[in-house]
Amino acid sequence: MKGSELISHAKNTWCPGCGNFIVQHALKEVVSDLGSEGYPVENVILVTGIGQHAKIFDFMNLNGFYSLHGRTIPVATGIKLANPGLKVLCIAGDGDCYAEGIEHLIFAAKRNVDITVMVNNNRVYGLTTGQFTPTSPYGFHGRSTPKGEKENPLNPLDLVLSSGATFIARGYTGRREQLKFLLHEALLHKGFSFIDNLQVCATYCNLTDYYNERVYDWDAGSSGDYQAAHKRARGWDYTADTRIGLGIMYQHGAPTYEEGYPVPVALSEEGRGQAIRKFLDSRL
Amino acid sequence: MDIHEVSVLIGGRAGDGVASSGQVVAQILAHMGYRVHMYFDYPSLIKGGHNFAIIRGAERPVGAVRDKVDFILALNQETIELHRGKLGRGGVIICNGDIASHPGAVQVPIGSILKNEQAPTVMGNSAIIGAFLKAAGIDWNIAEEVFWNALMKETVQNLRVAWQAYDAADVRMAVKEITDHRHPVMTGNEAIGIGLLEGGVTMYFAYPMSPTSNLMHFFAAKADEFQIRVVQPESETAGILMALGCSYAGVRSAIGTSGGGFCLMTEALGLSGIAELPLVIVLGQRAGPSTGLATYTAQSDLLFALNAGHGDFPRFIVAPGDTTEARTWSRLATAFAWKYQVPSIILPDKIVCEGLYSIDPDFSIDCHPEPIMADPGVRPYMRYQLTESGISPLRFPPSVGDWIKVNSHVHDTDGITTEEPEVTRTMADKRNNKIAGLREELEGLHPVEVSGNTNSDGALLTWGSNKGACDEVGKLLDLRVIRPVVLCPFPERSFANAMTGVRRFYSVESNETGQLARLVSQFGYRASGLVLKYDGRPFTIEELTARVREAIS
Repeated sequence: MKGSELISHAKNTWCPGCGNFIVQHALKEVVSDLGSEGYPVENVILVTGIGQHAKIFDFMNLNGFYSLHGRTIPVATGIKLANPGLKVLCIAGDGDCYAEGIEHLIFAAKRNVDITVMVNNNRVYGLTTGQFTPTSPYGFHGRSTPKGEKENPLNPLDLVLSSGATFIARGYTGRREQLKFLLHEALLHKGFSFIDNLQVCATYCNLTDYYNERVYDWDAGSSGDYQAAHKRARGWDYTADTRIGLGIMYQHGAPTYEEGYPVPVALSEEGRGQAIRKFLDSRL
Repeated sequence: MDIHEVSVLIGGRAGDGVASSGQVVAQILAHMGYRVHMYFDYPSLIKGGHNFAIIRGAERPVGAVRDKVDFILALNQETIELHRGKLGRGGVIICNGDIASHPGAVQVPIGSILKNEQAPTVMGNSAIIGAFLKAAGIDWNIAEEVFWNALMKETVQNLRVAWQAYDAADVRMAVKEITDHRHPVMTGNEAIGIGLLEGGVTMYFAYPMSPTSNLMHFFAAKADEFQIRVVQPESETAGILMALGCSYAGVRSAIGTSGGGFCLMTEALGLSGIAELPLVIVLGQRAGPSTGLATYTAQSDLLFALNAGHGDFPRFIVAPGDTTEARTWSRLATAFAWKYQVPSIILPDKIVCEGLYSIDPDFSIDCHPEPIMADPGVRPYMRYQLTESGISPLRFPPSVGDWIKVNSHVHDTDGITTEEPEVTRTMADKRNNKIAGLREELEGLHPVEVSGNTNSDGALLTWGSNKGACDEVGKLLDLRVIRPVVLCPFPERSFANAMTGVRRFYSVESNETGQLARLVSQFGYRASGLVLKYDGRPFTIEELTARVREAIS
């Protein structure tokens, strides 16, 4: 299937210059490529939260579940457990996934459930018009913090690494080809894969120049080294004026959650009846 | 007292195995043809504290206990001190003679029996049960049969321990066999589990919480036999969303919790409503609000279950009153959730969840709703296709050439978000239209049970576990007993039939405000009085009799 066929008829309502367009086109191309690599498009399930990121659900011709704010991951886990043959991708927001839904992120990483989570981290609430999120820079002047936010940002890469994720990457909407590559690799990774995607918000938090001056690529050769990954994760704390690494931060193989919970053999009505009768007999 | 009726109290410290010993006693009575109910009372702690169970057996179905008992099986002295006042005339105390005593009691030398058999301390309970069997004049063969059925391990040694005590004790009061027609004994949690399996459930999600934790444990212990997966998520919020993910993929699951966990689930309950994703919730009630009494009963979540979640959406709620109802209605709750694509809530309370009841293994409601599936040839597939019934045919991913989209926003027939007023109204009507079909189907299934003197113009209105006490007290006081089993959509027609000729009715409920009475008042029925109990404990027969007499006078 051609990528253009994956764009739906729904009217696009993102602001001009929004990083979400880059995400949409990267996704379109990756899903199209996966189709020619033997992963049919109907096996892909897109799960979104609530926020500007989530509108991609409407704009794509893909199977999907438009969930609640912060609640992509448990839905995706349920889908994957129900049918491990599906490729389940969560596209979430930073307000969405790092605030209200953070428990699910930690536990998905801990379980190593074979789903992909990409957080479009624009570091501001867009849909609710400009409040600070868990990853907004210290001192962020938002509509709820006119005098500047007084909380340090969360470092999602550090958190996800220590929670047990087996694929961790950082992308940037200013590097579309790399983002495509990361998404492709994440979807093919067996186990929990996570991308923190630095996404530009053209209206409330435009950090294009800031990112362009600081981003560099991590060495692709050492992504299997946990200690090196730890250093990379802490290389930028989402506030300090340091260089910002991009690429695959960490990747290693480990048994997945759903391998430990294989789909049950469907019992025939007779088989189920026998199991129930056996139980009833034990209660006489 | 009915000749063919017996009550046994067994008590000890938490961790002494009171519940499992109570179950063995219940199975012994079941083996002798009794219909059985066991009430299990325990505080919220792991070791120490006092646990007790009262097992009542009678000729007819029972679902409540009496004030008095015939036997007290005391695993410690405290049990005697706390409960000897409950001993009826001619009653017998059987105790561990090493640590407890009472004038006239059957004192079992448990320590020396265990030493003779080189058995671990925990087998002391088998000795008490052995002594009980002898004191009650029960044939030893019954012990053999029940022990083999009930005990998973070390059956031979347990039987040797029980035999030593049986041999040493003497007959005090003869408990007679009444029939060889036997009914198996199980908890409501287990019966719900069986019903869910019969409804096709293959996944169960639960965050631990009394009184439904034992349903999770039951499924987990039988995961291979029943081919069911049990997942313990990070929270109730996660559990309900995982279940919705399963529904989207076409796999039947269920989730279990109590009021506090259900509070967390309400966010996603509405998602089930608007996205029209089938969902089955077992909401075992306990005393609230908040943490309340963690291990004691209440029926105070009816109005919450009816109204949980913001916005309007259809739902199905059923409150089984015993194991027989729990099994068949749990199957139906699953089937209705999948046919009508709505959330189903099974609403027992702690008494039903953790109490033992004889089950009628052959009883079933002959109704087998099936999900409505999209015809394989139909293209393009529309997940929210408009139909007269309001039910959109289902199709599950992966499906070549289809985009199967479900959405928490107001959406069009393709599942794509919309804010158009016309579509908004149409979709609300579509969801709402499902209620009429569901209600019509329910009206034919005896959704309102009537017992007692069905001609009486005075009635007891009740629901859930109070079935047991009300059925007996209704008979005793010559009152009609009206009990809606289905609470949503409210079966107005069946209720009106049940109420025909009733001039006064009193609502018997385990809550502070009479929640069922408030519900039926919406349909124009005003209770003459409320008979409420909200101390965490169930009504005994005698207590309810007195309270109803007082209310009527």
